[in-house]
Amino acid sequence: MYYELPKFIQLKKLIKENGVTSGKKFKLAVCGNASTQHIAEAIRGYSLYRGLNVDVLDADYDQIEIQLLDSQSDIYSYSPDAVFIFLSSEKLYSLFCGYDKPETFAEVYFEKMKRVWDSIESYSSCKIIQTIPTEFDDGVFGNYSGKTDLSFLFQIRKLMFMIMSYAMSENNIYMLDLQKMQSMYGRYQTYSEKSYYMSKICISLEFLPRLAKSVVDIIEALSGKVRKCIVVDLDNTLWGGVVGDVGINGIEIGDYGRGQVFTDIQRWLKALKNRGILLAVCSKNDEDKAKEPFLSNPDMVLRLEDFVAFKANWKEKNENIIDIQKDLNIGMDSFVFIDDNPFERNLIRSMLPQVFVPELPNNPEQYLDYLRSINLFEMLSFSEEDSERTKQYQIESQRKEAVASFASYEEYLDSLNMEGKIESFSDYQAPRISQLSQRSNQFNLRTIRYSTEDVINIKESSQKIGLSFSLKDRYGSYGLVSVVVLELKDNNQCFIEEWFMSCRVLKREMEQFIINSIVSEVQKRGIKTILGQYIPTSKNAMVKSIYGDLGFEKLGDDNWLLQVESFKPLSTHVVEERE
Amino acid sequence: MKREEILLELQDIFREVFIDDALVLTDETTASDIDEWDSLMQVTLISEIENKYNREFSLEEVSNLRNVGDMVDLIMKGF
Repeated sequence: MYYELPKFIQLKKLIKENGVTSGKKFKLAVCGNASTQHIAEAIRGYSLYRGLNVDVLDADYDQIEIQLLDSQSDIYSYSPDAVFIFLSSEKLYSLFCGYDKPETFAEVYFEKMKRVWDSIESYSSCKIIQTIPTEFDDGVFGNYSGKTDLSFLFQIRKLMFMIMSYAMSENNIYMLDLQKMQSMYGRYQTYSEKSYYMSKICISLEFLPRLAKSVVDIIEALSGKVRKCIVVDLDNTLWGGVVGDVGINGIEIGDYGRGQVFTDIQRWLKALKNRGILLAVCSKNDEDKAKEPFLSNPDMVLRLEDFVAFKANWKEKNENIIDIQKDLNIGMDSFVFIDDNPFERNLIRSMLPQVFVPELPNNPEQYLDYLRSINLFEMLSFSEEDSERTKQYQIESQRKEAVASFASYEEYLDSLNMEGKIESFSDYQAPRISQLSQRSNQFNLRTIRYSTEDVINIKESSQKIGLSFSLKDRYGSYGLVSVVVLELKDNNQCFIEEWFMSCRVLKREMEQFIINSIVSEVQKRGIKTILGQYIPTSKNAMVKSIYGDLGFEKLGDDNWLLQVESFKPLSTHVVEERE
Repeated sequence: MKREEILLELQDIFREVFIDDALVLTDETTASDIDEWDSLMQVTLISEIENKYNREFSLEEVSNLRNVGDMVDLIMKGF
């Protein structure tokens, strides 16, 4: 069973009815090796359905090279935030059939696409959302097609793999995997012969909303919306049965019968945790009974240390989720809530509408594929810090517990022995910096999202200085916590193009350390004044007057200025780390 | 099922697909009478008609449709 989406004609209706949404506009250009009009419409409609402001420009039929190799084309003058490139396998196949040397098809086509990607990168700073085309076998070679490079199957698979391998090192290219979707939904869900021969529609009408959703998922992630935490129920969600009734050895988990279903669900959650998603428990149970299976049932895949929060009590679940949210200090819209009980799901939907609450199929054996089909956790980059995230939050709660044992907050800060480190942007740090930029919403002065590519461009620019900050204390390292990008102006001025910081290090006097570091950094370059600006969003009110608090003079509404010469270092408990 | 009934049901489908509650169909209505009736809309219409009558038309059947009257005839063949 799969996650349900609105139908294509419902999406068309949305376009006709509202037309526009508020919020920051994202400009998407769509082009392909086939007609893409219907794909563009589906993306437009689906983004309205999700309440996003996405403007779509559709290039005409088969315009990839005409549009993207020409710096004067409509697409470039539209200056899109991203260009979506759709490749239809049916069209690739007709090209393949006309080839003299079929064994070179993938390489030749890949080179052609590479020229297109290269010119996008040289003519524009937009992101590339590239489809991995679907595969099909033309039945010419039988099963032998898998071991001859003369077959279309061989060549299309090779092309897919070449695209994927190339994209690994290209930070500007994001994959939209149509083949992955085809293997989930089946060829005749994704493609309809009749639609194709009637009007060259390469994606079936039924499948268009799914394709659109996938594109919009990437757009959302590019705009900084990522889900960070999954809150799960226990009884009949993580294991079969009610532990309070059947006891720790009576619950269904392990390699037999229905236990396998829950074992696989736990394995999936563990894999999510390892890639950086936070896990939390929210269950109506006595705490000791709820924890027992994790401690003493050997079949359990998940252990207590896999969770950043464990709420097993008799409070309403919405209250528990609010507590978890406050503890973790991440946006309510970055939560997903999984519970087998429809009552609890509806409660959370109505009390906390920002939390994403998937409907679930009737039977637990259907849960996992269903959850997988939603694409809950879109991501743009991955770094080792991701896999450490759960640990980071756990150390943080130890710190919180420690606060209480000190007479004053000052004393607590003293006891932490905090050391800050300032570094210039580096290739190594680039994916981390990009990730923090995508994830930081509250402490973010101008909310510019930087891709890994952008970070490297800043590093290489002579007009910009990129600084990253990390922090450690006696409990351990917080890793990368803040980023500042300075733009050098004429007249010995510099402008803080962007400053964002992880909310994990609020109230650590890190802000003061950062401003001190910026001033000493720019002093070396003879800068006399530093300009700062705050651009409000729905989430960053916390930093509205931060520059004022840190000693900047107000220039006007949200603009601030600091005179370097008269600056006196701000007092802070963070000292500079010694190598 | 009578021709007139099918024509009315077809009119409902057209109204939904073209999002126009005032749309009126006759046997003679063709693609040139409705602004947005392009080949993509044709695919959408056929798919909605197939869903409604639980039928699957062949490419040949749908290629030979000249106007709404032909559509009604095609649907009638199934009853």
